Amino acid sequence: MTHLPSGVGVGFKSAHFEAIRASARQMDFFEIHAENYMGAGGVPHAQLTALREDHAISLHGVGLSIGGPGPLDRDHLERLRALCLRYQPESFSEHLAWSSHGTEYLNDLLPLPYTPETLALVCDHIDEVQEALGRRMLLENPSTYLMFEQSSIEETAFLREIVRRTGCGLLLDVNNVFVSAANQQRDPRAYLADFPVEAVGEIHLGGHDEDHLPGGALLIDTHGSPVAEPVWTLFAEVIARIGACPVLVEWDNDVPEWPVLQAEAARARSVLNAAGHRHALAS
Amino acid sequence: MPSHPEFAGSFAEGLRTAALPPGAVFCDGDADLRFAVYRNNVSHSLSEALGQRFPVIRRLVGDPFFAALGRVYSETHRPRTPVLLDWGDSFPDFLAGFAPLAGYPYMRDVARLEWARGRAYHAADAAPLDPAAVAGADPSRLVLTLHPSVQVLQFGAAALTIWRQNQPGADAAQRIPSGDQFALVLRDRSLAVQVHEISQGDLILVEHLATGATLHAAAELAQWADPGHAPQTVLVLLMQAGGFIHPPES
Amino acid sequence: MTAMKSGLGLGASLACALSVMAAAPVHAQEMEKCFGVSLAGENDCAAGPGTTCAGTSKVDFQGNAWTLVPAGTCAEIEVPAAADGSMRAGALEALDRDIPA
Repeated sequence: MTHLPSGVGVGFKSAHFEAIRASARQMDFFEIHAENYMGAGGVPHAQLTALREDHAISLHGVGLSIGGPGPLDRDHLERLRALCLRYQPESFSEHLAWSSHGTEYLNDLLPLPYTPETLALVCDHIDEVQEALGRRMLLENPSTYLMFEQSSIEETAFLREIVRRTGCGLLLDVNNVFVSAANQQRDPRAYLADFPVEAVGEIHLGGHDEDHLPGGALLIDTHGSPVAEPVWTLFAEVIARIGACPVLVEWDNDVPEWPVLQAEAARARSVLNAAGHRHALAS
Repeated sequence: MPSHPEFAGSFAEGLRTAALPPGAVFCDGDADLRFAVYRNNVSHSLSEALGQRFPVIRRLVGDPFFAALGRVYSETHRPRTPVLLDWGDSFPDFLAGFAPLAGYPYMRDVARLEWARGRAYHAADAAPLDPAAVAGADPSRLVLTLHPSVQVLQFGAAALTIWRQNQPGADAAQRIPSGDQFALVLRDRSLAVQVHEISQGDLILVEHLATGATLHAAAELAQWADPGHAPQTVLVLLMQAGGFIHPPES
Repeated sequence: MTAMKSGLGLGASLACALSVMAAAPVHAQEMEKCFGVSLAGENDCAAGPGTTCAGTSKVDFQGNAWTLVPAGTCAEIEVPAAADGSMRAGALEALDRDIPA
């Protein structure tokens, strides 16, 4: 489902291109947002072509609206297919969310209730994606700010059933687990204990913001700051349980200088290395 | 229980009206504030994307005005595809019809210039024509193919000067000329987007080259509209920047 | 100037232009690639600024009145009156405007 190397990558930002080229190769892979490479040519494709020459690439879609009620946008699927053909990324991932309504694109990862109806819809959409792209995809667990009383299935059970029906893998975003659990006033460890980790093909880490509402804390998945300490702790626990896997540090808002991102990646790598060392001792 | 299409329809409507989508719950009753996170994300992310595409318009009207402007535009002109780099083509005309900006008739043209720059930035790649290929060519038979990034624009107000004055480090003390201005936008060999002020004759020449006219026919039409027009400057500029490409295989 | 003369003059100037074009340096592959900043809004999967930004203000969302006045650099731009005598009229008043839902 993914051919990404077990190691650490970061989300690629155009502004870091020169710094990346100037530094010795230190990232195991880069992740790109597919939609930013759907122009015809110019700088984005020139940069990606250069990056592709010596790095594994994870293609991460943000606009396919897999959790939406309507049929998938065939034109968009075709654009994704063309990108996969051109750059042969080691992985393709998308979100358990929706972002389009009718002909309108809303540019956010919107939540869906978890019901037998939405389960069937999401599975149909994933089947369609996997068939169109000719590969298995990874589906990412979302950050959520609301719950819906019509939801009759736990998110972890929902994801497990999607994996069973479609054969897709999962992208476990540990920050999203922490954000959603805090917003729902639940225990992130209980969520992770029930998460179908055997299907995980990649892990995401990112920063969040904290706000305070009358009903309690509200965490926002802003990707605009360093990974929070409790998220690092959860991440280390996950790695101790499942071993090394591809890990990505995301930073999308207030993007820092390249060395700051490198430092975050180095910390993630040290967690992987520590786990690898433990595994080596145990065997 | 609402069906998923009913749920998503109500949710999308609520992004504008603040009405909670069906079934939204939160144990402590602040579901409306939590729903506001999604409303903010949609509104703010689209307004930010628009501001990245039209940075000079943002600078001209100021951040608070632009944030509100972006919200109105994004609610009335939602992107039609998930590809944000394609969104905003109707923004110049929207500005022209936006009552609070009625006293600033150059806004539409400045936005047209910014849109053209974005189009040039993302235009298809094409290998530039080898300059030697035109040596000794017969102008009445020579058809020059333009790079996909090449665009020419005519402005009724001094949009080009205003755009220049609002670039980082530019001198804002320049006088604003009256009369039309003409611009050439293209992406050069190093993939940088260039903006040049050109003459009316240059604009007509490039427009006719774009339709497949021979160099001689295009230059003749340019001279007709702009007596005394000398084509050499814009032709050399285009050649040096990579604005001519090899003709498509026929 | 007759059409014949014009045609001859144009032919000569185009021939000259072509020879300059053919000889002009193009800085082609020797030039270091210089990538500028992105010129378009980018997609990402991050959330915005939470509940606290002006986006949730009731006035803005319900469109009761448009009270903002452009206050960036446009305030300093004097467009020549000759271009359009009515140019600045009305711009500085707050306008009531219903924002379409």
